[in-house]
Amino acid sequence: MLIRSRFVIKKEKTIALKNVLEAVREAMWEEMHRDERVFVLGEDVGKRGGVFLATQGFLEEFGDKRVMDTPLAESSIAGVALGAAMQGMRPIAEIQFGDFIWPVFNQIVGEASKVRYGSNGKLGVPLVLRTPQGGGVRGALYHSQSVEAYFYHTPGLKVVAPATPYDAKGLLKSAIRDEDPVIFLEHKRTYRLVQGEVPDEEYVLPIGKADVKIEGSDISLITYGLMLHHCVEAAELLKEEGISVEVVDLRTLRPLDIDTILSTVEKTGKALIVHEDSKFGGIGGEVAAIISEEGFEFLDGPVTRLAGPEVPAMPFSPTLEEMYMIDSEKIVQAIRNLSAY
Amino acid sequence: MSAYKPLQDSKLLEMYETMVLSRILDERIWMLNRQGKAAIVASSQGHEAAQIGSVYALRTGEDQFYIYYRDLAVMLSLGMTPLEIMLGFTAKEGEPLSGARQFPTHGSYGEIGLVNLSNVIATQLPQAVGVGLAMKMQNRQSLVITYFGDGASSAGDTHEAMNFASVHKLPVIFLCENNKYAISVPLRLQMAVDNVADRAQGYGMPGVTVDGTDIVAVYEAVTQAAERARNGSGPTLIEAVVERYLPHTSDDDDSIYRSHEEIENAKKHDPIIKLRTLLLNMDILDDDLERKLYSRATSIVNEATDNADKASYAPRENFYGHVYKGDK
Amino acid sequence: MKIELPHVGESVTEGTIQKWLKAVGDQVSKYEPLVEVVTDKVSMEVPAPADGTITGLLVEEGQTVPMGSVIAEMEAEEQNVSSTSNTENNFSDVLNPGRTGRLLKDVTPVGPTGSAGPQNKVREIPSTSRSSRPRYSPAVARIAEEQNIDLKLVTGTGIKGRVTRKDVRDYITTIDDDRKGERSNIGGDLLGDLEDEKIVVTPIRRMIAERMVQSSRMIPEAWSLTEVDVTGLVQLRESVKDGFLSKNGINLTYLPFVVRAVAESLRANPLLNSSWEEEFISLKKHINIGIAVASDNGLVVPVIHDADCLGLTEIAVKISELASDARKNALSLESVQGGTFTLNNTGALGSVASQPIINFPQSAILTTEAISKKAVVLETDSIAIRSIMNICLTFDHRVMDGSEAASFSQLVKRLLEDIGPHDSI
Repeated sequence: MLIRSRFVIKKEKTIALKNVLEAVREAMWEEMHRDERVFVLGEDVGKRGGVFLATQGFLEEFGDKRVMDTPLAESSIAGVALGAAMQGMRPIAEIQFGDFIWPVFNQIVGEASKVRYGSNGKLGVPLVLRTPQGGGVRGALYHSQSVEAYFYHTPGLKVVAPATPYDAKGLLKSAIRDEDPVIFLEHKRTYRLVQGEVPDEEYVLPIGKADVKIEGSDISLITYGLMLHHCVEAAELLKEEGISVEVVDLRTLRPLDIDTILSTVEKTGKALIVHEDSKFGGIGGEVAAIISEEGFEFLDGPVTRLAGPEVPAMPFSPTLEEMYMIDSEKIVQAIRNLSAY
Repeated sequence: MSAYKPLQDSKLLEMYETMVLSRILDERIWMLNRQGKAAIVASSQGHEAAQIGSVYALRTGEDQFYIYYRDLAVMLSLGMTPLEIMLGFTAKEGEPLSGARQFPTHGSYGEIGLVNLSNVIATQLPQAVGVGLAMKMQNRQSLVITYFGDGASSAGDTHEAMNFASVHKLPVIFLCENNKYAISVPLRLQMAVDNVADRAQGYGMPGVTVDGTDIVAVYEAVTQAAERARNGSGPTLIEAVVERYLPHTSDDDDSIYRSHEEIENAKKHDPIIKLRTLLLNMDILDDDLERKLYSRATSIVNEATDNADKASYAPRENFYGHVYKGDK
Repeated sequence: MKIELPHVGESVTEGTIQKWLKAVGDQVSKYEPLVEVVTDKVSMEVPAPADGTITGLLVEEGQTVPMGSVIAEMEAEEQNVSSTSNTENNFSDVLNPGRTGRLLKDVTPVGPTGSAGPQNKVREIPSTSRSSRPRYSPAVARIAEEQNIDLKLVTGTGIKGRVTRKDVRDYITTIDDDRKGERSNIGGDLLGDLEDEKIVVTPIRRMIAERMVQSSRMIPEAWSLTEVDVTGLVQLRESVKDGFLSKNGINLTYLPFVVRAVAESLRANPLLNSSWEEEFISLKKHINIGIAVASDNGLVVPVIHDADCLGLTEIAVKISELASDARKNALSLESVQGGTFTLNNTGALGSVASQPIINFPQSAILTTEAISKKAVVLETDSIAIRSIMNICLTFDHRVMDGSEAASFSQLVKRLLEDIGPHDSI
């Protein structure tokens, strides 16, 4: 009568789980093996392997001609990368934190974005400028900023902001292979905290295509970066309340996937845009304008934005940082309000 | 130790006390980080003589001090209390520099002329030059000193600042605390010259390299630079060579790029021990007095730790104010 | 004085002792680091809470222990004790990540300005000299924080007037009694404004609340009630209870019999001793039955580990110990951890049917209701007076269906009904 059983029922797992940092590292590693024109430059990328270990092991694998520890001078990191890119190389320039990206403005916005246009197509800039940005790690004013707004405004640049390990790897590979300058924004809080499936087989993802992460019918959440995951949490919470939320991950901020934006609004009639970056002048405004201009007849409620507060940057004390950051609770509240309209 | 011009004995003893207090406070803050109570810490251990020696050569209350994130001992020498400093590291209410909005050591403390606007490297140099410009325009006898590391010396802002100050003969002291590492990047990958001070010639100002662990040498060099600044002769670049005992910050693991021996060797030039030896030889210090000094410093730091621990985090009401003038 | 592994933020639940920096017999100063501990990619040091001498190192290097465990002991010289850091409780939702991935809740994120490698080295910090300020032990400070106690009001009965943990607990008992007295007076005052009374939500209450919400949110619960004829058991207990008491010093209740039957039934029905882990169902190797006990602070569930390996008497003794500890607030961390199934004797409260909430992340929970004499129709169609006890099972419908749940309940029923008045125990 007594049965002793000590087994565990397990589904065979064939796909590895990785975090965003590992996905980024793998993408660069594979591309550097694939194409010897690809090289990495930045502060502490060599011996240290990067302050987040994004290039851990790279110096030993590829040598110091392709993995360069630069002097502490961001403007020259960008300028040197620009020059090398115009001369046939494929540089991946790392700016250690988005908060330090401002000196590269001159070389990237002022120069790189205009090279192809200004040379009438004769010269191009196949460079990637990658940087960790975003808050929620007690980074305070100078290690938490979101910098996308200053770049996606610029024609000639591409701006990518992945949220998941799968997307990060596929999009970074595409960025490295892209013939134009790509600003690749990694949310540092997702580095260790977001874990997801990443297949071993080679794959790339197209820049400029959004991704519907969760299908729904009542309301569209349009988002990117860390906020994607809080949107997913919110959607799951509300499923039980009978509100069907569609979650669209923009993935690329310039160029925006207008088709996907419009089709989700057509489906649900209500759009809530969620981003960590402060609201005024954030990409929520651009998305909202596009929806209003081109999707007016679909709308069943005002296009709404839930975004960061109007203070210059994220403060240090945990009580204050919490006020700045958007979490699933705040998103749930916003969804409820818009749903009720 | 170099031959010194007589600094008053009492001043030397005071400097020693400040060094001891700084070291103990620094160690305690590092421990708080290990306990999860201080989210981010950067150590000044090894830099004490360069920082304290320089402040003692200047006029607090009159001169301006544009520091960077590693200048704990400067803050202490200028008169900040260990409790005030600790409130910054633990992000508590009552933090004087930024209301705990910024990383520790950042913000401003007007009464003592302390400014540290951001942790972006080298941005303080052009700002300090601007301060010097204003002082000159206002015909003041004061000067501005700006502190930075060897990494910062590569930044574009640094070049532009030094050039501007030299051209206009501004009352600025550029004090580089060269600990030979910018996080993990060693000096040889940072610059092609042996000394940061070598560049001064390129701008047309004097450049001086001193042993940053010799507090008297630092004091002398800064005194001379101050004289130049106040009499209208313009800026000086002082390079104080020091050692960094700990990783860049609590988020760094220096075992990846520095060997254990190297760090042990570095600690042999401890500025506190150097000054201690001098004071013992001069009979200004004895074992008994030293014990008292350490004991006093420890209880001050213990009290600060306890009080900072009891304090609450920055209040939420303090989130929105001061974006523009007139807010709240 | 006991030195505990302090809780640090980010829901780190355990730490591995990496290196002891002090040995037994060493003199230490307050704040001096005692041991290096590694917790999920982050290193920390535990400092001495007071000046004194180390009298015992209780955990070996390389061993992993939960936060809050006592790891060392010392003889404190004076009342120089510092508080430990704050406790945080986050629950990790381990759901299917897919390509979207999941935002983990039990992993430390990167630091504000970077990450060290997994081999995050800890620096030795030279010792500093002594201080002289009266302080409280970490245990005392934590209880005071949790219960909102002003320690200055507590009389210390320890060495040199030190406030001990017992002192704080006794103090809490006193003020609880006072508070009860106060509350009963409120109804008598009809004049003036009557304000709603606000009871402060203690951390324990909050934790129970969060667990309950989590359970009811995550688990699709199904419930069934089974009648058990325990006439034989009642008679057996009647006849042996006095002998048991004189032999073992404790009362023999029905609970040990139930625990024994449940343990055996779980062995035969392992799905009820499991946990839903999204991609798989984890059948637990050990049968650790938690017994719900009401304590002053709320519901606690001390655990009888490996209940299937204990005899009836051993079970009875264990239950008695745990219940007594629970009522005195003296339960150790080990005794409330590792539960795989929960049993709740709601019958003691007079209930005849109740719908328990599963103790997340287990898969099932059983109550035993009050035994009452009923007129029952037997197999032979005659009527008899029998002692009937209901047992109520709530189970996780993701893990199992009605048939597995019924198989379990029916076995428990059969085992209990098979107990005869003349069985040996």
